[in-house]
Amino acid sequence: MTTETEDRAPNAREVTEPSTEELLSLYERMLLVRRTEERLRDDSAAGRLPGAVHLYIGEEAVAVGVCAHLSDRDYATSTHRGHGHFLAKGGDLNAMMAEIWAKDEGICRGMGGSMHVADLSKGILGANGIVGAGLAIATGAAFGAKLDGDGKVSVCFFGDGAANQGVLMENLNVSTLWGLPLVFVCENNTFSEFTPSREVTAGSIADRARAFSMPTVEVDGNDVVAVWRAAGEAVDRARSGGGPSFLEAHTYRIQGHFEAEAFVLSGGRYREDGEIAAWREKDPIARLGAKLLSTGVAGDEVLADIEARVAGRVEDAVRFAEAGSPADPELAEALMFVRGEA
Amino acid sequence: MERRLIQAVGDALAEEMRRDPKVIVYGEDVELSITGDMRGLHETFGHDRVRNTPICEATLTGMAVGLASAGYRVVVHMMFSNFFYTGMDAIGNQMSKLRLMTGGQVELPITIIAGYGGGAANAAQHSDSAYPMLMNLGGINVLTPSTSADAKGLLKTAIRGRNPSFFLEPSGRGGDLGEIPDGDHLVPLGVAAIRRVGADATVVAIGRMVKPALSAAESLAEQGVSAEVIDPRTLVPFDDAAVLASVEKTGHLVVVDEARECCGAASQIAAVVAEKGFSSLKGPVRRVTTPNVAIPYAPNAEARVLPDAERITAAVLALVGHDRVPA
Repeated sequence: MTTETEDRAPNAREVTEPSTEELLSLYERMLLVRRTEERLRDDSAAGRLPGAVHLYIGEEAVAVGVCAHLSDRDYATSTHRGHGHFLAKGGDLNAMMAEIWAKDEGICRGMGGSMHVADLSKGILGANGIVGAGLAIATGAAFGAKLDGDGKVSVCFFGDGAANQGVLMENLNVSTLWGLPLVFVCENNTFSEFTPSREVTAGSIADRARAFSMPTVEVDGNDVVAVWRAAGEAVDRARSGGGPSFLEAHTYRIQGHFEAEAFVLSGGRYREDGEIAAWREKDPIARLGAKLLSTGVAGDEVLADIEARVAGRVEDAVRFAEAGSPADPELAEALMFVRGEA
Repeated sequence: MERRLIQAVGDALAEEMRRDPKVIVYGEDVELSITGDMRGLHETFGHDRVRNTPICEATLTGMAVGLASAGYRVVVHMMFSNFFYTGMDAIGNQMSKLRLMTGGQVELPITIIAGYGGGAANAAQHSDSAYPMLMNLGGINVLTPSTSADAKGLLKTAIRGRNPSFFLEPSGRGGDLGEIPDGDHLVPLGVAAIRRVGADATVVAIGRMVKPALSAAESLAEQGVSAEVIDPRTLVPFDDAAVLASVEKTGHLVVVDEARECCGAASQIAAVVAEKGFSSLKGPVRRVTTPNVAIPYAPNAEARVLPDAERITAAVLALVGHDRVPA
């Protein structure tokens, strides 16, 4: 699956490897997403969260491997499965947790919820409940970045489901035509909501980008170093004026489409337990952990320290959210328009 | 200075683009400006600021959200209001909602320009007055100028604003001449204009319908009926007070709206007056609208469905007749 060397664009830089420090940072960031979402999974099951949550468990390597190359000035659009992108791009965990708990202290003051976490100050243009909607928003931000001419890039995270929306073609076309600093990151997690992707997807998603002669790479989305490497090339290309690139990361959605999906499925099934178990064997965090240990980059105690630090942050975030004030219902009226302005 | 309505639009764009380098214009065929309202802009401001796009409305509207989020003031030309339908996700799910969804983090200074309305045998897919659906979204200003001065002043206000606005050009009225005040002419949103003062009935006419409403008022005057014609100029925000004050004086209301009858702007205005001005009314509110049909191609069939001066006159006479002929 790791074919990133096969069709590397001619202007790509030499592949480098993440430093020890970067490897540990990738590990910690993936673990933060994982432990946060495990807590959300449990709190959702216990009925403590008011709305649905769509979890990214098993796919963390994609957001973390890509966002490691971005700064707050860069833009990213995300999906309904957006907690991982938010945290990987530097969003505040406490503010995200409070948002999902519908508190005034939430990053969107409780008006957006799990599916709409956004932090404009960090270039996080928002998780989005509409499949495929982030594509054109990311293209627009990339157009702005190009006009600014100061090396900012825009990244669009979307799924295999969104790849079947017509707007993908429109945005591959416009971004290529205008040479925009944009990286398309398709997270192929093999499911379009409750339908296996292969049943609703003709041909290869990556080929759709290749049809526009866009530099395109397919990568093992459960190998954070492979993602990091491929994303590094694509981001560098965008920053240096080389135009858009396309990255298809093959990964797997361990959780359901959303937590509590069993209720709406009422006994219906769309996958076998064995398939989930097989993908658990390819868990991106366990894989990197084993690699860190086997190569001597880190010992057990270093990983245990990271685990403890992450657990503490998640616990703090939940406490912060629980202690928050209820969202202000008056905001719905107050926020639709910037008041006193046209 | 006297200017045609489409020239007034072009003047407003040029002035605002000179004033603020962050104003960017794009859309299908904007460089040549086949609708005439952007002629010369590409030559003056260049490819970075005035740019042709592929035909891809879903992306044009979505890009506006991203470009505005990146700090630009975005003007998108969408040609015909029917094309909103193909660009609707970013209108209905993104630009009208993101400010609330982000807890007020985002400001989206986006102005979308398009013509609307019938009268030119453009048939069903180029003749809609697609503003009622925009009014229903809640987070979008809806501007319906009927004169050159308002076209210029409203557009300049919208471009400088901090919210998404739809600037709707009355199709077939682009060549109409009108006087425009000199200088930096701005028209505030949410302030109606009284186009003709009258005492017997209030006629609220939207955008393209102001012209036939004024003709109707002329012929009503010949029949001894004095109609007051109000041009709301913007549907969102809407100047309730101006309409209520007029109805308080006249006791009768006719709303003329080229959109279809069901859930149209006329229905909304009628409801506002029924709720807030019921005691002023001496009779029922009448709507003069396009019936719930697609606009047909044949000119005679099109003329039958679009509101015109004759239907407006008849509606006013039917109401005023209640006062004059006791039951």
